[in-house]
Amino acid sequence: MSRVFTPQILTANALLDGDVIYMTGAGDWSRRLEDAALLEDEADAQLRLIEATQQSQTLVGAYLVDAKPGPNGPTPTHFREGFRRTGPSNYAHGKQVDLNAGA
Amino acid sequence: MYHYNDFDTDFLAARNSQFRAQVERRIDGSLTEDEFKPLRLMNGLYLQLHAYMLRVAIPYGTLNGAQMRQLALLADKWDKGYGHFTTRQNIQYNWPKLRDVPDMLDALADVGLHAIQTSGNTIRNVTADHFAGAAADEVADPRPYAELLRQWSTDHPEFQFLGRKFKIAVTGADADRAVIRAHDIGLQVNDQDGTRGFRVLIGGGLGRTPMIGKVVRDFLPEADLLPYCEAIVSVYNLLGRRDNKYKARIKITVHEHGIDRITELVEAEFTARKPLFSGVDQQMLTKIKAMFATPDFSAAPQAPNAPILEPGFRSWLDTNIAEHRDPNHAIVSISLKANGDTPGDATSKQMRVMADLAERFGYNELRISHEQNVILPHVPRAHLSILYNTLKAHGLATANIGLISDIIACPGMDYCALATARSIPIAQEIATRFDALKLEHEIGALKLKISGCINACGHHHVGHIGILGLDRAGVENYQITLGGDHTQTASIGERAGPGFSAEALIPALERLIYAYLDLRAGKAETFLNAYRRLGAAPFKAALYPAEDKANAA
Repeated sequence: MSRVFTPQILTANALLDGDVIYMTGAGDWSRRLEDAALLEDEADAQLRLIEATQQSQTLVGAYLVDAKPGPNGPTPTHFREGFRRTGPSNYAHGKQVDLNAGA
Repeated sequence: MYHYNDFDTDFLAARNSQFRAQVERRIDGSLTEDEFKPLRLMNGLYLQLHAYMLRVAIPYGTLNGAQMRQLALLADKWDKGYGHFTTRQNIQYNWPKLRDVPDMLDALADVGLHAIQTSGNTIRNVTADHFAGAAADEVADPRPYAELLRQWSTDHPEFQFLGRKFKIAVTGADADRAVIRAHDIGLQVNDQDGTRGFRVLIGGGLGRTPMIGKVVRDFLPEADLLPYCEAIVSVYNLLGRRDNKYKARIKITVHEHGIDRITELVEAEFTARKPLFSGVDQQMLTKIKAMFATPDFSAAPQAPNAPILEPGFRSWLDTNIAEHRDPNHAIVSISLKANGDTPGDATSKQMRVMADLAERFGYNELRISHEQNVILPHVPRAHLSILYNTLKAHGLATANIGLISDIIACPGMDYCALATARSIPIAQEIATRFDALKLEHEIGALKLKISGCINACGHHHVGHIGILGLDRAGVENYQITLGGDHTQTASIGERAGPGFSAEALIPALERLIYAYLDLRAGKAETFLNAYRRLGAAPFKAALYPAEDKANAA
């Protein structure tokens, strides 16, 4: 039985600071998960992943993760991606403060 | 302690400038990530969940005040004001920027530190007993041997592309505080008939397939240390599996071929290699030993013979002080496990305080333990009171060494890209809960160790209570192992049963501990001894009471 495709988002780490980044609908990269494009077509997702792996000069380790639509943009289904979108739970470091400070 | 000579300084400067150029070429696009990754790993630079992570080697856990102060400087200048001490006696920075790393490495080189071979399939930072040179029960200081091994293994041309990482630990005492039985090579100073030598164990390790090391040579003369270790790594390098990452460590090689066959191969290789060592290594060892000469303890003030009235100080003396070889001195363990804080973390300010204390009261020596604490190995007893008060003022006087809240915890999924669950919040909750119950001192000696994945950086297999965090169908789940032991009576803990959710874990541990308190044959019987006497059954019954069985999945 073939697997049913789950919508996905494309994520990676930025080359210079390692921060988590997400591919947007326009094909560029954002630090905010809510900007991520929810890819609902498997072939499109695979193509974008291949394109991302060729952007070695700006990013590292692109991969696709399962996500579902939410009120504020895509929401990842796995807790690991939940930590990547916010930062560590032991200190107020990472995106949970950086994104607010930059806003 | 060891001081770099011109060769060391030049080597490190060359290596750092090489890496600086590699970073530049990565940033300008001349190197792809596939090309760059092995180069950065050779220099201790990982890419983790949220950022890069730089792992700095603290050879055999020994630092002086200036080095500790430099670690604080790195934390302030290029990170977020703190560092994380690890079970390999290293320090990790969780937030460096790629462009800054070459500057960080140069700053480390200024005080004789580096990050070489803290990652990759090489011989990693050589660890040692954190009480080395100070312990009352020590036969010999293991650090000169560890330093000789560091020099031999650093950039060793034959061993830069091993099948997998390779870890060596050395101890100079019968009491094993360096977990040598869970190392690829474990060395114990073991003199025979007045001749200096080592007992050599191989094939120990934790991770996916935990194994206790086996003796490959009961007595190895001191002079044969390097040729023999070279023979072991060489045999492993050729024979070890490269087809399967999970079967690539020497423990699997030893397991598959048997210790007898491996011993034959090692001895044959040793015979062939021994003539290639001209004796230069022994000349170097003599020089290294001189640098680790015991401080002159005779000038220390005598401790006042007055009763200690302050209960906090007395409690701290009871738990955090170990017996020194000189009765007028003490070994002080500084707990980096304040209740509710992250195990192994120290702020830059705390690092500077510890550096100051080492310089003022501790012959300028500090040690990092594999249990993620900091040790002042030589403190005149007369200074303990002022030392305690200074530590207390900086959140460093937690009196819990060897107790349930002195938890080893890996970074887990809060930082690590390999983790399957979080470790740090679990450690924080356990420490906070047992502090609230005021049971910690009643429970007594207990080693609780938490890993956030099967790779077992948190040593959970050798915890009296081990906790392994896993991902079960997209939810964090925690398996408990019981009866592990990292010492000379080493054993691998046994899985108690199905895992617990994060919420169910703390109540389960509480049931376990209350069961132990009921079952023990008196306060002197530790958790581990009670477990060994009674077997797993009563402890499993406490973890999985009948009515809860349906809920534990």
